[in-house]
Amino acid sequence: MNSGGVREFAGLPAAGGSALGPCCRFRYSGAKRLRRQGSVSDESKLLDLALARSSEQIAALVRNSDELGAEILEFQELLLEDDSILDPVREQIVGGTAADDAWQAVLNSEIEDYASSDGEYMAARATDLTDLRDRVLNAMSERTDKSGEPRKGDIVVAEDIGPSVLIEWIGADKISGIALSAGSATAHTAIVARSHGIPMAVGVTGIDELQDRGIVLVDGDNGTVAHGDANELSKLQRDKVARQQEEQAIEAEYSRLKARTRSGRAVKVLINVEDPDALDELNPEICDGVGLFRTEFLFMGGTLPSEEVQYEAYKRMVLWAGGRPVTIRTLDAGGDKPIAGITADGESNPFLGQRGLRLSLSSPDQFRMQLRALSRAAALGPVKVMLPMVTIPSELSSAADHLDAVLKELEEEDAQFDRPALGIMVETPAAALTAADWSAEFYSIGSNDLVQYVTACARDNPNLVALASPSNPAVLELIKRTVDAGRFRGVEVSICGEMASDPKYVHTLLGLGLDTLSVTANYAGRVKHAISTFDDGP
Amino acid sequence: MEKSETEFEWIRGGALITNKLGLHARTAIKLTKLAMKFKANVQICSEQRPDWVNAKSPNAVVKLRPPKNSPIYIRAAGEDANEAVNSIVGLVNRNFHE
Repeated sequence: MNSGGVREFAGLPAAGGSALGPCCRFRYSGAKRLRRQGSVSDESKLLDLALARSSEQIAALVRNSDELGAEILEFQELLLEDDSILDPVREQIVGGTAADDAWQAVLNSEIEDYASSDGEYMAARATDLTDLRDRVLNAMSERTDKSGEPRKGDIVVAEDIGPSVLIEWIGADKISGIALSAGSATAHTAIVARSHGIPMAVGVTGIDELQDRGIVLVDGDNGTVAHGDANELSKLQRDKVARQQEEQAIEAEYSRLKARTRSGRAVKVLINVEDPDALDELNPEICDGVGLFRTEFLFMGGTLPSEEVQYEAYKRMVLWAGGRPVTIRTLDAGGDKPIAGITADGESNPFLGQRGLRLSLSSPDQFRMQLRALSRAAALGPVKVMLPMVTIPSELSSAADHLDAVLKELEEEDAQFDRPALGIMVETPAAALTAADWSAEFYSIGSNDLVQYVTACARDNPNLVALASPSNPAVLELIKRTVDAGRFRGVEVSICGEMASDPKYVHTLLGLGLDTLSVTANYAGRVKHAISTFDDGP
Repeated sequence: MEKSETEFEWIRGGALITNKLGLHARTAIKLTKLAMKFKANVQICSEQRPDWVNAKSPNAVVKLRPPKNSPIYIRAAGEDANEAVNSIVGLVNRNFHE
């Protein structure tokens, strides 16, 4: 993007804040072997010397760094003694390879192994190994040239940098910001940058052409880098900071308030909860209840959770909510959430397969156990039980029969329990089109799957993003029908898909008549602010 | 490693990883350092990487990456094998003291 004398490069945020300063193009210069290869024994000695030297360097860094840095460096320290790496290096040296070539070859194959595994976690470990590879190679080449290193206040621009290198620079108070053309927000380098408040952007395309010593601005909140006239950059930085502070202040203010439209209509804002561990850091005051508590996490362990384990989890959720209603969804395995031992293998189309309530009704004992735990938790506060992936009303009746049987059992056992409200998640076009025919006590629109089924676009296919729009008129029509059915039957309708958390759809949803939105907890303030700017009209 | 499987009697154990992040780098290092305290040959595997690897190698253990609520398996052979298995199972069950 160009504006005036400033060029902006887009990437991903890795560590918040922004920094302005001279660009330091940092390149690992690669240890070219200037020496002549020695005998096997010379090369072995060189390896041992380089390992010992690296180990000393890392130990010195550990002594001068904080706990986090020390922990990250410990992995590298241990790797320097790891025979699964050192043995193959030694074997190659004995076979006649130079120490640096052998070290590089073994480390490169390990790095490749990490980098080829899926997931950012392994990619981040690959950076740790690269970091160590380069340190040991440097120790072998005895390079002492430090001219390429950053000076105080510099913004380092590089393809990637290792965590130990960053820890070293931070110890010497050398840099004020980092922009990487590769890198990852979960890598140790990013973790170190975050803990020291050094703004960092990763995956920024185009920065390889930036000139050394030119003035650059790193925006670690948005993951962008700007380059150009220093005065304009400094103004850009001030504007960004001001805008961000304003947004944060608005969100913080609104998250504590009850949501109302500009015309004064009260709107309930509920939150979605995936991992109960996140509850400890959340204030229940930010919401009017829980619109979706997912229970899949209980079933991920490979063994089925007992009634007690389930009860404890539901109890924790209900007690956290402090009297606010909690909507708990029965096991929604299958589709994009296969669970070993529960979902069927080999379905040709799992999204249209035996998933959600379909699966629960096929394992009645398991389903009843969950309903028992839910009914017992309902004695502690208002619990609503939501049935996922329903197509025809008889599925709800079957579930209701199971619930009645369970309640009778609990009564005979003289247990503490209460009857939870039983409602459905509206995800299939069939359920949305026939919503008025269901004797559900509430409806919750699962817009993620509804969009997928209405537009016939797989959720996980990046090529279909444009077609899979939540604002497709056919999707909105089905949401409207569900809202009307709820109004006609006098029961609550809410929406718990991602579109409810997106401020750009909030007005559309309110316009369709929804007055209960269930959102990602972090977005409660943002959504409430969007609600406050909606005009209901005459 | 293959040969030793028939020569020794393995003491076996297993435990469920319950940490929020699974067996991530920090916990893998704790496990490795504990394993190093024993003379026994200690091996470990996960459902994600079912081949037995040396539990004293941080490089090998960090690659197992069992997620939260999935099991790891431990086996050890040697004079303090029992103690090694029990200690590691204990470490996992105590959530790596996190």
